Amino acid sequence: MIELLALPYWQETSIKLGLALVVIPTTSLILVYLFLFKMMAFMQSRLGPNETGPYGTLQLIAEAIKFLQKEDINPAQADRRVFRLAPVVVLASTFLLYVVLPAGPDAVVQNLDTGVFYAMAVSSLSVLGILMAGWASANKYALLGGLRAAGQLIAYELPLILAVMGVVIQAETMNLQGIVEAQATGEIFGIGVIGNPFILTQFLAFLIFMIAAQAELTQTPFDMPVAETELVGGYHIEYTGFRFLLFFMAEFGTAFAFAALASVMFLGGWWIPGFDVDNNILNILGPGVMLGKILLVAFFIFWVRFTYPRLREDQLQKFAWKVLIPLALVNIVLTGIFKVVF
Amino acid sequence: MTTTSDRDQLAYISSQAADARVNVELNTGDMTLNIGPQHPATHGTLRIACRLDGEQVIMAEPMMGYMHRGYEKLCEVRTYPQCTTLINRIDWLGSFANEVPFILAAERLMEVEAPPRAQWIRTILFELSRIANVALFLGDMGVQLGALTPVFFAFRDREHVLNQIEAITGGRFHPNFDRIGGLKDDIPKGWIEETKSVMVKMRTFCDEMEDLLVGNEIFQTRCRGVGVIPADVALSYGMSGANLRASGVDWDLRRDANPGLAWDQIDWRVWTHPDGDSFARYWVRLQETREATYIVDKLLDGIPSGPIMAKVPRIIKVPAGEAYISTENPLGEMGYYIVSKGELGPFRVKIRTPSFNNISVVPWVMKGVYVPDVITILGSLYFILGDIDR
Amino acid sequence: MPQVPGFIKGLSVTAKTAGRTLFPKRGWKTLIPAPQKGAVTVQYPREKEAPPDRARGVIALHEENCTACMLCSRSCPDWCIYIEGHKVKAPPRRAGGKARSVNMLDRFDIDYALCMYCGICVEVCPFDALFWTPEYEYSEPRIADLLHDKVRLGEWMDTVPDFLEYESGSEEKVRKVPR
Repeated sequence: MIELLALPYWQETSIKLGLALVVIPTTSLILVYLFLFKMMAFMQSRLGPNETGPYGTLQLIAEAIKFLQKEDINPAQADRRVFRLAPVVVLASTFLLYVVLPAGPDAVVQNLDTGVFYAMAVSSLSVLGILMAGWASANKYALLGGLRAAGQLIAYELPLILAVMGVVIQAETMNLQGIVEAQATGEIFGIGVIGNPFILTQFLAFLIFMIAAQAELTQTPFDMPVAETELVGGYHIEYTGFRFLLFFMAEFGTAFAFAALASVMFLGGWWIPGFDVDNNILNILGPGVMLGKILLVAFFIFWVRFTYPRLREDQLQKFAWKVLIPLALVNIVLTGIFKVVF
Repeated sequence: MTTTSDRDQLAYISSQAADARVNVELNTGDMTLNIGPQHPATHGTLRIACRLDGEQVIMAEPMMGYMHRGYEKLCEVRTYPQCTTLINRIDWLGSFANEVPFILAAERLMEVEAPPRAQWIRTILFELSRIANVALFLGDMGVQLGALTPVFFAFRDREHVLNQIEAITGGRFHPNFDRIGGLKDDIPKGWIEETKSVMVKMRTFCDEMEDLLVGNEIFQTRCRGVGVIPADVALSYGMSGANLRASGVDWDLRRDANPGLAWDQIDWRVWTHPDGDSFARYWVRLQETREATYIVDKLLDGIPSGPIMAKVPRIIKVPAGEAYISTENPLGEMGYYIVSKGELGPFRVKIRTPSFNNISVVPWVMKGVYVPDVITILGSLYFILGDIDR
Repeated sequence: MPQVPGFIKGLSVTAKTAGRTLFPKRGWKTLIPAPQKGAVTVQYPREKEAPPDRARGVIALHEENCTACMLCSRSCPDWCIYIEGHKVKAPPRRAGGKARSVNMLDRFDIDYALCMYCGICVEVCPFDALFWTPEYEYSEPRIADLLHDKVRLGEWMDTVPDFLEYESGSEEKVRKVPR
């Protein structure tokens, strides 16, 4: 591994952390603008924001300023401390997820050896924050939303992890950089030009991962916790102003992170054909390549979100336990068999 | 047309029963949830007080009256043309349809009949208001269930119908066009051709809704078997319109009790569905919208020529008497009972609105359903608050 | 042919709409994105839709025809028309006849804060003094300014469109707007 600059550990880490902290709101900004504002608008024959800034690009900044100047309302019967802490917990789980996402051979905050395990573990912390929000809001709609979220998010953790297991078995490592290298240096029937993106062999796992990710992000068709026309906002019904902005940023930041995980594990991450895995130029091109792949995955996530109605929560649970988990287990068995035989 | 299988219906009922058993065994308490006057899913200010056990509804009670505007009292102190202006606003989405039974009842008291050209154009405008009203329902049901895009398509394509109504009457939402004895004005040149092209667009819209919602497996899973209302229960609660036809009852006032408009001059069919669940109600309304576009096309081809207004005096005094006329409005059966004492305005008007009876079935149908199904059933029953509360 | 599952059909509908909004141009220019043209929304106040000629925007008064008969004021459901007039003696029609009394209009106000835009006044006027125009941009920051007086109502007469021709088969005669 070539080191760009020989800096002491704490300086390097603080620079990386600072970059990550800047990147997270920016990424949710990009996703929100491109998909929530513009793509949704085009699918509905309208324009979306186009007044603030050129083609409406500054809309989210205007919204952030609007949220900042709102009154900080806490419901009278709400549990103050828990109520205020809940969005921070959800956002913290998003931030922790960005620690391990690679954007180039060296452009990662911390390249953990148990990268996949860490990512899955940390992403399930958001359940805690949602439950806290639902309970502490002292609102029956919020309570319903929080409990539904608890059931749904825990149920869909399992297909997520089992789908990822297939990738880990095929790559023989849990290290995210290792998974990218495995795809880059792999070969399909002897042809090594485009490497071996795992989406080809692990198509079932990719599908299960996308569906489970959609459920983890509480996007339609799995947005029972935030069913807008039923629970009018579910667990974040009592949050206004900046705290709501934290939930919002956490939602889209996590969407970006999951799309990044999907593109690392299934689409080849920051590697594009024609380059060596250790090539230093990929540290500069890598982020752009990753962004392109993330936007592609996020496109599908949001396309499904704007088209389908939502499932009822018992249908959700049935789908997770009776359909997704058995399929994921079958995928693991098949991957294991193919790995040993070939 | 596809129907729910018995196995699916039994599966839903057995899951409700299993949940109820768990609630009893665990000895859980009740929670009162107010699907309150301000809620995105109740089309307006309707309040449904639910007692929930877990996520199941034990009891649901609709409380209306938050939008009561006193129409019947207002009509007592107004003249007939002024009343027509007001009653546009009862069912504000299909507003021409509100005027028609009122005017027909007044015409019956005066024993005057509108000329055939006026009757045909009345029927065309009636069907146009039906398309405008039900097209919104087709998109709105999607929003209740979480699909964000169909409602935008509904508003976008409904604009064309509203433009046609505006081109002839001058008002998009409140045409105020019907007069005792005929209509206010005649059709401008070019309107027939434009309306025909608008009908083509509405048929494309219906096809889009069919692809987006009816064919969608998630929509079917949400709606099939949910909120089944058998035919005898529907009839005993006085439901009408598409809700009744979706329970299998073959009842359409346009065919069975035509008050003089032009529906018996053309061929058209009544759509029914045997299931009686939310999916059936959506499906029936989708087919009815398509059928309405065909009806409008056929009517446009055959408008008879003639005067647009019968010979009525300038200042209209309706002779004393009582008359009741009801028509098949977009929401159901709407009727006006006019008591007249020979003056410039009615003495008493009783308005029978379809949504009032349609939601009276809510306590019966909501026993044991889950909270999301409450919204599905309310959405599929399709009421408009102005219609309930007047 | 196997049935395409509903999921795919739904996705294709939204994708097609997005495509039509983004790339509305036909012919060889198809691939240039032009969402401003493809979206169905009208970007008011830069673009304005022209309402049809019969649209009920605002009521105009042709003062010469008005005889202050009060029919419009009496038939308004909201009682938003305020009329005041007085009688004057006009010279007789032919020499040697009796002097006749004529109504002179002092005040004719329509309060558009109350007006329901129903059109009963326009319809009921026996002397064709009131006309509809499709103008709709007259909102004011003060509610009191929504009371249009005689002069302003007369100014709206310039925007009254001619009455439309009828479809074939109609026996109505097209009326004329006095200019």
